Amino acid sequence: MAGRAALITAAMLFMALFLVCPLVIVFSQALSAGFFTYITSLNDPNVGSAVLMTLTIAAIAVPANVVFGILASWCIARFDFWGRNLLITLIDLPFSISPVVAGLLEVLLFGSNGLFGGWLEANNFQIIFALPGMVIATIFVTFPFVARELIPLAQEQGNDEEEAAVTLGASGLQIFLRVSLPKLRWGLLYGVLLCNARAMGEFGAVSVVSGKIYGSTDTLSLAVESLYESYDMQAAFAVASLLAMLALVTLVLKAALEYRHRDELHATRKAKAKS
Amino acid sequence: MSATTAGPGFRPRLAWRKPSILPGFGLSFSITLIWLFVIVVGPLAVMLWFTASLGWDGFFGVILRPRVLGDLRVSVTTALAAASVNAVAGLLIAWVLTRYRFPGRRIADALVDLPFALPTSVAGIALSTLYAPNGWIGAPLAVFGITIAYTPSGIVVAMIFISLPFIVRTVQPVIEDLEVEQEEAAGLMGASAFEIFRRVIFPAILPALLTGFALAFARCLGEYGSIIFIAGNKPMISEILPLLIMSRLDQFDYQGATAIGTLMLAVSFLLLLAINLLQAWVRRRHGG
Repeated sequence: MAGRAALITAAMLFMALFLVCPLVIVFSQALSAGFFTYITSLNDPNVGSAVLMTLTIAAIAVPANVVFGILASWCIARFDFWGRNLLITLIDLPFSISPVVAGLLEVLLFGSNGLFGGWLEANNFQIIFALPGMVIATIFVTFPFVARELIPLAQEQGNDEEEAAVTLGASGLQIFLRVSLPKLRWGLLYGVLLCNARAMGEFGAVSVVSGKIYGSTDTLSLAVESLYESYDMQAAFAVASLLAMLALVTLVLKAALEYRHRDELHATRKAKAKS
Repeated sequence: MSATTAGPGFRPRLAWRKPSILPGFGLSFSITLIWLFVIVVGPLAVMLWFTASLGWDGFFGVILRPRVLGDLRVSVTTALAAASVNAVAGLLIAWVLTRYRFPGRRIADALVDLPFALPTSVAGIALSTLYAPNGWIGAPLAVFGITIAYTPSGIVVAMIFISLPFIVRTVQPVIEDLEVEQEEAAGLMGASAFEIFRRVIFPAILPALLTGFALAFARCLGEYGSIIFIAGNKPMISEILPLLIMSRLDQFDYQGATAIGTLMLAVSFLLLLAINLLQAWVRRRHGG
């Protein structure tokens, strides 16, 4: 059993070094000048506006992906048609594209030299370097999250209940609200959780399309960079600690979901590993 | 025409779709397609179209610049290094978490997903502070003359952090499904622990390990946020390709940024294709 102890020790040391240390240093640096300074640096109007910006982006991007995920899973998992796998591949595409390229795509569409740049300028619409561009970039990078949870789960659960509901005379909306949604709810919540964490934390894509104006178009994740680059380490880590807490809450909720609703989520994890 | 009048609710079905009594296909399918086009396919097509308008000379004029090639080399080698480290460490962690029971296992299992949940800029400043010459990890290493931060090794460290869950989470379910009986049988027939691992366990998890490796590698190549703080960002030495795109954009060199973006896209596609072929080969060979 010495081998087993050695393996466990090695694995846990690796995790401590690469996962625990970064987490600990965020809080230790944030509190390095004492709790009072910590609160003061968070009680800054620029941080407040970054929180608002982050929440606004997530409040648009997450529901957009929920609606898309539900519709995509409905047509892909409940029906059998030609090109289904191609559709799944395309939905997965944003996962293998660099966030910076995702931002670049928005610049090529909406930037002043972009495809719609001239028209947008003539009509006085600002997309790049403003909230709309940041929202679209966030939708792009979080695009697969909800759909990717729901499709395999719905496929594994099958259509029997839905078909029974149809024969009993239920309408499409009734079937969805009273049969399908309850079946999928934990998977949906799981997807929303991951989607939200990414939407609130996205850095690369949003960084390309934001004006990087601290206090106006900075999200929390961008504010971390702004503060760090201006050598205000303590404040940078204070803001980072907010995001780290969000990450920890996400992990706890995720673990709780996996523990309590393992069977309803298991399909998702297995299908992913096999694909 | 006679078939279409079979019943009041009957409509002729298109051949590309199996008939179903469930409603809502048309609506959900068309919205899915439109949204997919607007958000993903259309913008990618626009980028490729912009690249095509550069012409071969314009495209290769950008791509073959020493700085682009040098940064590509940095990106690929560091991503390979990080994915390789994680192939070993991730396999070990996945094995320990599924096969053994020990105090703190559930917390460790949840913590594996930290890199998915922690914003990359937070990871970036945390790692760069840890590994800086006066940091918690950087200072002890400096005693031995090892510098991590602001060198290519720093890039590898950030990539290891960011891609660890990909390997663990792809390998874990396969280890869960392994039949312990096979290992016991091999043990009864006199195989050593190493032989059991090499001939019974490893072949079974290899396809998943390769998939995880590919996912980790792709993620490392594209990663930006966690890397830029700890990398030295010296062109051709410790500058990654996504950062080069960023600096092209900052200088309003949209053609350069577009060409490099297309190059990155091509590299990740080639990579995923290669690994898929490799996986198919492994599956054929081991009859799984």
